[in-house]
Amino acid sequence: MPRRDDINRILLIGSGPIVIGQACEFDYSGTQGAKALKGLGYDIVLVNSNPATIMTDPDLVRRTYIEPLDIESLTSIIERERPDALLPTLGGQTALNLALEAHERGVLSRHGVELIGAQVDAIRRAEDRLLFKEAMSAAGLECPRSGYARTLEDARAIVDMTGYPVILRPSFTMGGTGGSVVTRPEELASRVEWALQNSPTHEVLVEESVIGWKEYELEVIRDRADNFIVVCSIENVDPMGVHTGDSITVAPAMTLTDREYQRLRDAARVVMHEIGVETGGSNVQFAVNPADGRMLVIEMNPRVSRSSALASKATGYPIAKIAAKLAVGFTLDELTNDITGTSAAFEPTIDYVVVKWPRFAFEKFPGSDPTLGTQMKSVGEVMSIGRTFPEALQKAARSLETGKTGLDSLVHRVDYWALAEEKRPRDLQFEAPPAVQPRASRPPPAGSDLARVLEKLIAVPTADRLFHVGDALRAGLTVERVHQRTGIDPWFLHQIARIVTQESVIAAAPELTADLLRESKRLGFGDAQLAELRGVTEAEIRDLRERAGVRPVFGRVDTCAAEFVARTPYLYSTYETESESEVTLRRKVIILGGGPNRIGQGIEFDYCCCHAVFALRELGIETVMINCNPETVSTDYDTSDRLYFEPLTLEDVLAVCREEAAQGELLGVIVQFGGQTPLKLAVPLERNGVRLLGTTADAIDRAEDRARFDALLQKLGLRRPRAGIAHHGEDAVRIAKEIGLPVLVRPSYVLGGRAMMICWTEDELEAYVGLAIEAAREERGSPSLLIDEFLKNAIEVDVDCVADGRRVVIGGVMQHVEAAGIHSGDSTSVLPPYSLDSEVVAEIEEQARLLALELGVIGLMNVQFAVKDRQVYVIEVNPRASRTVPFVAKATGRPLAKIAAKVMVGRTLDDLDLKDGPIPMHVSIKESVFPFSKFPGVDTLLGPEMRSTGEVMGVATAMSLAFAKSTSAAGMVLPDRGRVFLSVRDEDKPAVCHVARRLRNIGFDIVATDGTARVIAKARIPVERLNKVAEGSPHAVDAINAGRIQVVINTTHGAQAIRDSYSIRRHALLARIPYFTTVEAALAVTDALEARHLLGDRSVAVRSVQEWHARTGR
Amino acid sequence: MSNEPRRAYLALADGTVFSGTAWGAAGSVTGEVVFTTGMTGYQEVLTDPSYFGQLVTMTTPHIGNTGINGRDPESLDSRPRVSGFIVRDPSPVASNWRTVEDLDPYLARHGVVGIGGVDTRRLTRHLRDHGAQNGCIGTEAPDSLVDRARAAPSMAGLDLVAQVSPKSRYAFTESREDWAVPFGGDRPFLASGRATGARFHVVALDFGAKRHILRCLVDAGCRVTGVPASTTAEEILALAPDGIFLSNGPGDPAAVTYAISTIRGLLGKRPIFGICLGHQLLALALGAQTFKLKFGHRGLNQPVQDLVSRRVEITLQNHGFVVDVASLAGRAHSTHLHLNDGTSEGLAIPDARAFSVQYHPEAAAGPHDALYLFERFTAAMTEAA
Repeated sequence: MPRRDDINRILLIGSGPIVIGQACEFDYSGTQGAKALKGLGYDIVLVNSNPATIMTDPDLVRRTYIEPLDIESLTSIIERERPDALLPTLGGQTALNLALEAHERGVLSRHGVELIGAQVDAIRRAEDRLLFKEAMSAAGLECPRSGYARTLEDARAIVDMTGYPVILRPSFTMGGTGGSVVTRPEELASRVEWALQNSPTHEVLVEESVIGWKEYELEVIRDRADNFIVVCSIENVDPMGVHTGDSITVAPAMTLTDREYQRLRDAARVVMHEIGVETGGSNVQFAVNPADGRMLVIEMNPRVSRSSALASKATGYPIAKIAAKLAVGFTLDELTNDITGTSAAFEPTIDYVVVKWPRFAFEKFPGSDPTLGTQMKSVGEVMSIGRTFPEALQKAARSLETGKTGLDSLVHRVDYWALAEEKRPRDLQFEAPPAVQPRASRPPPAGSDLARVLEKLIAVPTADRLFHVGDALRAGLTVERVHQRTGIDPWFLHQIARIVTQESVIAAAPELTADLLRESKRLGFGDAQLAELRGVTEAEIRDLRERAGVRPVFGRVDTCAAEFVARTPYLYSTYETESESEVTLRRKVIILGGGPNRIGQGIEFDYCCCHAVFALRELGIETVMINCNPETVSTDYDTSDRLYFEPLTLEDVLAVCREEAAQGELLGVIVQFGGQTPLKLAVPLERNGVRLLGTTADAIDRAEDRARFDALLQKLGLRRPRAGIAHHGEDAVRIAKEIGLPVLVRPSYVLGGRAMMICWTEDELEAYVGLAIEAAREERGSPSLLIDEFLKNAIEVDVDCVADGRRVVIGGVMQHVEAAGIHSGDSTSVLPPYSLDSEVVAEIEEQARLLALELGVIGLMNVQFAVKDRQVYVIEVNPRASRTVPFVAKATGRPLAKIAAKVMVGRTLDDLDLKDGPIPMHVSIKESVFPFSKFPGVDTLLGPEMRSTGEVMGVATAMSLAFAKSTSAAGMVLPDRGRVFLSVRDEDKPAVCHVARRLRNIGFDIVATDGTARVIAKARIPVERLNKVAEGSPHAVDAINAGRIQVVINTTHGAQAIRDSYSIRRHALLARIPYFTTVEAALAVTDALEARHLLGDRSVAVRSVQEWHARTGR
Repeated sequence: MSNEPRRAYLALADGTVFSGTAWGAAGSVTGEVVFTTGMTGYQEVLTDPSYFGQLVTMTTPHIGNTGINGRDPESLDSRPRVSGFIVRDPSPVASNWRTVEDLDPYLARHGVVGIGGVDTRRLTRHLRDHGAQNGCIGTEAPDSLVDRARAAPSMAGLDLVAQVSPKSRYAFTESREDWAVPFGGDRPFLASGRATGARFHVVALDFGAKRHILRCLVDAGCRVTGVPASTTAEEILALAPDGIFLSNGPGDPAAVTYAISTIRGLLGKRPIFGICLGHQLLALALGAQTFKLKFGHRGLNQPVQDLVSRRVEITLQNHGFVVDVASLAGRAHSTHLHLNDGTSEGLAIPDARAFSVQYHPEAAAGPHDALYLFERFTAAMTEAA
């Protein structure tokens, strides 16, 4: 059955902002799907609220809507575009839920839109755990014993049947939000409550625990002719009990006989049939009892997922692309495997091992529970490819960029004493996080102490557990004992033991012979790791290795274990005897990607890297991508001309440079587009003779090195806040006194405001300095601290521009809604500025130009300014791609990253005929999205340390309407009526009266805590007084929980006040009530509510980015 | 592994040498070097009589992870049939609840010469580009191994069936149930092709039959009598079978002339079902031709299209020779084709109630997509009765 001709216009839904559980993988699948369907001649309309995606590029499809992913916007889009079909399976749970809602509300039937790629009944059967269980049972498959609870009483009755421990799984949530494991009766009540709160349907599955069982996942595809294939099997190293997204996983499955594997395959096929997935990709998860092989079906997703992205990258089989084609009528036998040219109706087989290792960000959320469980907590992941498991495992460990060179010992890096003594905070604790204490220094445990400490530690899954396992084996624990404590299969543990054994061989060898080097390399040892074991420098190891002729070769990811010739250069390094890189004779550029997603560095940089590829391809230059993040578009074999799936370390990058330089002309390497990861490699690469394109490493250093930067500003006559550099604690206090409190303290060379803080008092400063110095040491080895005057109530401004060394084009000037002091990645940005006069804006642009020219920027540059009393201060300059580049591109229609890439290979802005564009005739707002709900115990207040995972964009003709859109896109549903709760710090009290009056005018009731209420009442605005929590019930949290509050506005300052109001913010978050923690945001939302009230209409005016851009003219 | 690993080599007849470390049985061995791409099922590969005399490389790097268990061997006597085993990374440990023995001692005990640490990807690419060829594994000097590889007899024209076929008639009664895991998850698999009671007597011409094929026949309702390859048509008919099964087996089908004439004598007299070598022999009995593929089809991800239903089956395959589809013309319908290279995967002679497939519907190791063929066979016997 070939292409359907009865449909023409297809609507695709994206997955919205990056959040824990839904990241770049859906940009990858959405982009693949859109490209595939466009290629088949369909007219594609696409909606996604996330501007940092490749899929929302205006060139990709005909109509792109960057609008909130809610039913109102979707309805407006459908009414406007009248699509024939809706494909909801490429946009994660968000798209699936939205499509389901559209179906239920009759929006689809009313407008004759056919749901393709998934049937409503199938989605329901897969998502509703009770229906799922019934379907499995009817098909003769077992699920864990369980029951469905809507109340605590229900849950108790179910537990009577299953016994403890039980797992709680709330319905219709992603990434396991709200889920937990309950091992004791006294924990049940609080955790059931938490789970019910998190489920949109207020239902939770209470399930027999299979913690410790082996966990597997099959990525499968079915077509309408009932052809069925398994694309990839995945085995979790961490057994059941840890969310798959947080588990270290391996492909293919390692510890199954064929007999057992085929049982999983048979079961997966039955699951697809029984659930009714007629076409498309799905995944099915299984638990297998290691003692007797008993197999249980855990769950399935009737859509592409994070694991299917992983499976696609792991095998080379593009699941999303194939799924999109199947959705429009094709069957598998009619499609071709791009890599080999043979049929797509086959099962990939691989002759290497793939390891996925999640990346966490617990350091951003002090006070949160670092224990891994059924609720996903990781923010990103890396994938690595090696010929053996130890090789892939160690490559993954060094890809993580958490300071590891491989499966390193942590004995001298972490405080094992403290870790072992640490009490795990409970999920439901509404106390404020304790003040952070600097680490105590005591000698690390050794000998039997170490073994005892580790034996305790490894029983609890945490982010670093596998490193602890390595240390446990080093400390003399047996594989058998480690297996008992962790449940990790002995096969994996024996492989880790091989690494540990090899370490002692390496350390003890009289010299590193070629054989020993090769043997170690084949177990994945990196140069830096060898250097550490031998007590020499990495450069010395590299020299030695080069002299010994021990060099990696490059194998191809070919879907077929070499049975057929692979046409696509999708490569990985390994230590074998034959290279398959087939380097070309072309002119080429290597682009370094961003590595794993983390807070502060994510999809925005992948967007920039992809754009560099697109730009250079337009110029006929071959593009070579190096990256290790399997979620991304940049690691699609289809994106660049050549893809190296490799760690972004000096060793691995140099190896690729060497390989690619062997033939053709390597013009250079682009390090400025992938965020801090490649930037950190700039100087070392240059020292090793690699040519960098664009802005020089020296210019980057000049912008980052405080003394040189000061000199630069002085030369240009630009102003910045008073500042100093401290190298130790007393220094810091002295400098702070000179500058005057409050001060902003941050380590030099950090990412995402790590360990950055505003200190208002000397005590705060002293407490924090120790920690900040530690963070600086981790990142860079140089513990210097930057101390800046903090400009209170200043307006922050971001500028992105492109320069060619002679001329500068301003891409966009963005004004932050929140006052200076909130990390730019967390603040709400408005383009164009909404309250700065044109003179100030012109001054800002002029200063940006001066800086770019003086630094000799060739490519992108971002500058952050603060404006106070019309005086412009330079906060920082980053001569590289910034997080806001994609937002600026979507807001203005100007693809800054592409332009910059062309400039970097020698085109001038004149060549490209570029001038400053007209100011857009619309307002674009970027708003951040936070993972607070995943981290119980963490405060939601914003500060100078970045904590958002993603962003959304709202576009409208007015600021207020754009803000309404961005707020709903960020997941806050603004009410039309009800009660607004106000509790603000003293300095915000004048403004809050204003807010209260305006909100009352449009029909809201005002409630406030005592101090705030008094000020409001004095302004003769009727207000209801509510107790603070400390004042006793009935208090603000009671009112929130009772559903009496519809909006929370809470600003606070000072440690005590923050602790007192913590539970209000936390409960507002859990109750999904829109909450605002700065007075600026409160004013903005007041504007938004007013505007909506004036329009008196809930329907949303939607417009595609193509139309917005055309309106302005480029 | 306390002993210092001993260097070993795999030498190919074209002079290419791969180095590794000795593993399994000591000594040296020659045979045709082939690769198989299955990521699971090395125990089934080791014991599959169709691999008789071959030096097999698994493209998947980690081998031995699940050790050896008592239930998965494919040979009737449970012993390995391959001559040599070439892998990238022999597992230091076996981890599976059914494991009874580690792979290394098992190979040593059964005299299978192994070599580990080989760049099996390069080997596979070499065989793909230059064709399957003879090779020799040993610890001697590489040059002498090359000479021995060159001196080994070519697979073409070689009758290996005589060496793996049973010497005498036997009854086979084992069911898949005997092999099943006693827990949830088997029902979907066991449900298909399951019949109650033995309704048919099937004589299986055993050219080196895989045990699981016979189990599938039993489960389809057959009383199975295995007979040596040299059994004549008259002797077979004298056993009063309801149907004849032609098994898989090793080597060049054209060399098994005696079986071809036996099949000719049976054709039309009873329903016939052939698998793999059985498929090739049936085609040869019809007067069609077979030829040798460059490097064969070996793996459990091979896509086959049923030309009637258009459905695709993912199949286990293990063959170096193949039926020339064009040569079937007029003699039989081509029923299945390989989706990748369009080679013959199935034929049928409706008038004679005979059909055969090149691939392995019984799987083991491999996907269970084609078990329906056993029911097709019993249906043919029902019609014939």
